Amino acid sequence: MTYAPYAQKRRFAVFKFFQRMQPGFIVGLTILSLSLILALFPSYIAPYDPNAFDFNAVQSPPSDLHWFGTDSLGRDTLSRVIWAYSVNMQMAFLATIFSLLIGVTIGALVGYYRGFSDVVFGRCVDAIITFPFLVLVIAVVAVLGPGLINMYIAITVVGWVYYARLMRAEIMAQMANDYASAGKVMGYSDSRIIFRHLLPNAITPVIVYWMTDMALAILLGSSLGYLGLGAQPPEAEWGVLIAEGRNFITTAWWLSLMPGIAIVITGFGFSLVGDGVADLLRPRG
Amino acid sequence: MFQQSSSSDVKTGQQSTKSIRYTSKALPLLDVRNLSTSFGHDTEKLLAIDDVSFTVAPGEILGLVGESGSGKSITLRSILGLTKRYGQVEGKVLWKNQNMNIMKNKELRRIRGSEIAMIFQEPMSSLNPLLTVGLQIDENLKAHTKLSRSARKKRSIELLDLVGIPSAADRLDDYPHQFSGGMRQRVMIAIALASEPELLLADEPTTALDVTIQQQILDLILDLSKNMNMSVIMVTHDLGVAAQTCDRIAVMYGGKLVEVGPVREILRNPQHPYSIGLLRSVPEDVAPRSELYSLPGIPPSLADRPKGCCFAPRCPAAMTKCVTDRPELQQAGNSCSVACFNPQTITSGNIA
Amino acid sequence: MTENTSLLHVTNLSHQFKIDPSIFDVILRRPSRYVKVLNGIDLNLARGETLGVVGESGCGKSTLARCLVGLYPLQNGEILFNNQNVSHKTRAEQRDYNRRVQMMFQDPYSSLNPRMTVGQVLHEALSVHKMRSETEIPERINELLDLVSLPRDAADKLPHQFSGGQRQRIAIARALSVEPEILIADELVSALDVSVQAQVVNLLLDLQERLGLTILFVAHDLRLVRHVSHRVAVIYLGSIVEIGSSDSLFANPIHPYSRALLNAAPSIDPDKKNTTAPLTGELPSPLNIPSGCAFHGRCPHATEICKKSKPELKALDGHGEIACHHAKELALS
Ligand SMILES: Nc1ncnc2c1ncn2[C@@H]1O[C@H](COP(=O)(O)OP(=O)(O)OP(=O)(O)O)[C@@H](O)[C@H]1O
Ligand SMILES: Nc1ncnc2c1ncn2[C@@H]1O[C@H](COP(=O)(O)OP(=O)(O)O)[C@@H](O)[C@H]1O
Ligand code: SF4
Ligand code: SF4
Ligand SMILES: [Mg+2]
Ligand SMILES: [Mg+2]
Repeated sequence: MTYAPYAQKRRFAVFKFFQRMQPGFIVGLTILSLSLILALFPSYIAPYDPNAFDFNAVQSPPSDLHWFGTDSLGRDTLSRVIWAYSVNMQMAFLATIFSLLIGVTIGALVGYYRGFSDVVFGRCVDAIITFPFLVLVIAVVAVLGPGLINMYIAITVVGWVYYARLMRAEIMAQMANDYASAGKVMGYSDSRIIFRHLLPNAITPVIVYWMTDMALAILLGSSLGYLGLGAQPPEAEWGVLIAEGRNFITTAWWLSLMPGIAIVITGFGFSLVGDGVADLLRPRG
Repeated sequence: MFQQSSSSDVKTGQQSTKSIRYTSKALPLLDVRNLSTSFGHDTEKLLAIDDVSFTVAPGEILGLVGESGSGKSITLRSILGLTKRYGQVEGKVLWKNQNMNIMKNKELRRIRGSEIAMIFQEPMSSLNPLLTVGLQIDENLKAHTKLSRSARKKRSIELLDLVGIPSAADRLDDYPHQFSGGMRQRVMIAIALASEPELLLADEPTTALDVTIQQQILDLILDLSKNMNMSVIMVTHDLGVAAQTCDRIAVMYGGKLVEVGPVREILRNPQHPYSIGLLRSVPEDVAPRSELYSLPGIPPSLADRPKGCCFAPRCPAAMTKCVTDRPELQQAGNSCSVACFNPQTITSGNIA
Repeated sequence: MTENTSLLHVTNLSHQFKIDPSIFDVILRRPSRYVKVLNGIDLNLARGETLGVVGESGCGKSTLARCLVGLYPLQNGEILFNNQNVSHKTRAEQRDYNRRVQMMFQDPYSSLNPRMTVGQVLHEALSVHKMRSETEIPERINELLDLVSLPRDAADKLPHQFSGGQRQRIAIARALSVEPEILIADELVSALDVSVQAQVVNLLLDLQERLGLTILFVAHDLRLVRHVSHRVAVIYLGSIVEIGSSDSLFANPIHPYSRALLNAAPSIDPDKKNTTAPLTGELPSPLNIPSGCAFHGRCPHATEICKKSKPELKALDGHGEIACHHAKELALS
C-alpha cells in the first residue's frame, strides 16, 4: 500500500519504537546489557579477586564456593571470566570502531565519486582480500609485536576494507534513487548529499555487519590471545583463559569451557541485536 | 498464416488433450458470479474485490478499466485461482458452465495455460531470464500439446513469426535479455498462444511499451481474437486502449464494478459519476491549457473503504443515501448496467 | 541568429555514455563502445512558454533533461541561460544556475529522501539557498504547501505517508521553494492515474500562470503534451526531427515519424480508428545509429538520399522546423 493515513501522533513514537522490537532483539539487548554491566563493574560483581591465588583450592571443580571452579593456581574461574568481560567487550568495540569509521568514510566517498578513486580502491581491496584475514592480521601483529594495541591496529588495517566495500555498494545503490539527483539539482554540496542524504539511507547494512563484526572481533581477539599474540597473561581474557586451560582439558574441563560459553553467548547477543537493529532502521512504508 | 498452421500438423495432436472448442452462442464462455477475494484474517479482513459479476462471450474482448489499486489484476488472478494461496475467494467462476472456484488443482491445471492463458503486467519479470526463449515456448507446448520434438520446434518458430518477431528461427536460442521490452511482451504472447487458448487474460499488456509498439501489440491481439475466435479480458487503465480494442467495457472502482456496457455506450454516454470523471480527465478534445476536469481526492485504501458507496467521498453527485447504502449493479435502460443511486449524463449540470 | 531573446538557448548539444566493457571486450581488446544518446540538439525556450518534448522511450528525453540541469557534465555543445554561457565553472555558479533552473523527476517514490519529513525537505532547500531568514522559514513552508494544495500538517510527515500524486506535489513545492525561472519536468505525471494526473497538470498550469514560469515538459503521453505545451519537439534517436507550435504540429505533423507517433496514440473515440499502417520494426539501438536519416529503416517515404545524408532541421512555411529530405512533398500530400 502506498498511502497510509497519518493516524499516530509523534508523541507515541517512542512507544512504537518498543512495540516494533522483535523478541529476539530484546533477548539480544538483554545479553549485551548484562555483558556491558559485567564489563564496567567487574570488581562489584566478581566474587573473588581474579588474580588471588588460593592454594587450598587448586583445580577444584565447580562447587558452591567456586561456581565455575578454579585453576591450577587456585584462581576463581568465574571471577576471571567476569573480569575478562572488560577486556573482551573493549576488544569488540576498539577492534572494530576504527574500521567502521574509516571504511564508511572511504566507502561513501568512493561510491559517490567513483572514477579514478574507484580504481585505486579496487586495487586496495584486491590486494587485501586475496590473503586470508587471520593470516594478514597475524602478519601485521608479527611486525608490530604482540599486545592489545597492536592487535587493534592490525585488525583495523585489514578490516576497514570490508566496511568500505559494503558502504560503497550501498551508496551506489542509493545513488540510483532520484533523491540523490534531486539533491544535486537543488545545488546542495557533495558533503551534504553524501552525509545528510545518502548515508542515513545506506548505513543499515553496515550497522548490521558491525554487530556481527564485533562478535567476530571477540573471537579473533580470543584466538590471538590463545596464540599469545593478543592480550598477554596474566591478564584475564577469554582466549588467554582457554589457552591456559588447554593442558588440563581432560582433568579440569571447566577452565576452557566456561570462557568458551561466555564467547558464544556474547556473540549470540551481538547477532540478535544486529538483526533487530536492521529491522528498526528499515524505513517504513 | 495462423489458420494454416493450426489446421496442418497441430490439430491432430491437440484434439485429444483438449475439449471441443466452445461455440455455443447462447451461453457465455466465462460467467463470473459474485466473485469476492479478500486478504488477511477475520480481524483485519481486506476485501480486494467485492461481489464482482460479469460474462464474456466467445470471441468477445472485454475491457476492465480503473485506477491503480482498484482490483483489476486481482480479478484476473482470482478467475484463474491464483489468489487462493494467499486470499479467500468466494463466488462462482463458471468456465463453460463448470465452476472453477471449486475445482481441484489438477483440473485447474488442465484449464490454466491451455484453455485460458494469461499475460502478466511486467514483461520483464514474467520470463525466466536463465532459459532461452525457445525453451520457454517449448515448455508450454510440451505441457499442452502432444507434438513431437521437431514439430514443437517448428511450431515455436511459427508462433514467434506470428507475433511478428523477425528471423524467428534464429532467435529461438536467444535469452530474454537479448530482446527489447516490446519483443519480450510479444514472446509472452507467443507463449500464451502456444496452446491456442479460448480465453486470453491480458493484464496491461502494453502499459510498459511505447505507443508505436503498443499499436503493434494491440493490432496483434485484435487479429488473433478475430481469426481464432479467441475471447480476451483486457485490463488497462488507458481509456484509449480500451476504446480501440474492446467490444465491452467494465469500469472498476474500489474493488467493485461500477458500470458495464458496450464500448460506445460507456465512452459516449457514461452514467456513473466515476466513469464520467475518468473520461473527462482525459485531455482529449478540450481547449489547450484549459483546466482539466479532475476528481477531487484519491481512491480509498483497502483498509478503510467507506460503508456506503465507495465513491461517495469523491462524488460530486453524492446524496445522503450514498453514505449509508451500497448501490448494486443494475440494468440501466439501454444495454448498460450501473451501480449508482444518482446516475448522471456527461453533460448534466451538477457535475462540473 | 542575431539577437537572442530566449531564456534558454541550446545549440548542438550531444551526449554519449561509455559502455562498460564486458570481459570478452577486454580479452579481445575491442575498442570502447559509446551509446550516442543525444546527437546535436538545438532548442530555444522563450520566457513563460511551455515546450513539450515527446519521443519513444530510450530516445534521450531524460538525458536531455539531465544535461540541461547539469546532472551530466556538458560534453559537447553550448547552453546559454539569459545569454550567458553555462559551462558550470565553479560550484557557486553551478549552484546559482540550479537555483534558477529546477528539475522534477519521474518516479514519485524515489525522488524524495525517505527519512526526511516534508518540512525538513523544504527547510533544507530554503536555508541552503538563503531564500528566507531562519525565522521566516516556517511561514514560507506553509505558503509553499498552500501553493501546491497540500494540507499544512503535511510538513511533519514522511514521504511514505503520501500518495503518488501528493509526492509529486511535494517535489513541485521543493522545486518552487528556490524560486526558479525554469522548471524541467521529466515525466512528472507518468506514474500517476489519470484523475490524479489531471490534478497535478492543473496545478502546474496554474502555477505557471501565476509565477511566470518557463517549463520544459518531457512526457511520452501525447495527449498531455498537447494539452500543456505551447510548442512541441519530437525526438527520434537523440535528434529533434520536428519542432513547432503545438497546434500545427498535432493538427498537421509533417515528419513521417511524428505522423506515425501521433497516429499510434489510441483515441478515446472508438470510431476514430487509425488510418495509417503502424510503424514496423523497433527503435534502432543508439549504439549504432543508422547512417543518413536515422529513421530511414522504418520510414515509408525513404529514398536513396535518406540513407546517405542526414537531413537538417529546416523551417517550412506554415509549419515548424522539420528534419526530413522530403518535407516539402510530404507537406503537400
Ligand atoms: N497479497 C495481497 N495482500 C493484501 N492486499 C493485496 C494483495 N494483493 C493486492 N492487494 C491489494 O488489492 C487491491 C487491488 O490490487 P490489484 O493489483 O488488483 O490492482 P490493479 O487494479 O491491478 O492496479 P494496477 O493498475 O496498479 O495494476 C490493491 O489495493 C492492492 O494493494
Ligand atoms: N548512465 C547511462 N549509461 C549508459 N546508457 C545510458 C545511461 N543513461 C541513459 N542511457 C541510455 O541512453 C538512452 C536514452 O535514455 P533516456 O534519456 O533515459 O531515454 P528517455 O528518457 O527518452 O526514455 C537509452 O538507450 C539508455 O539506455
Ligand atoms: S451512488 Fe451516490 S456516491 Fe456513489 S456514485 Fe452514485 S451518486 Fe455518487
Ligand atoms: S529523410 Fe527520408 S527517411 Fe528520413 S524521415 Fe524524411 S523521408 Fe523518411
Ligand atoms: Mg494491476
Ligand atoms: Mg525517461
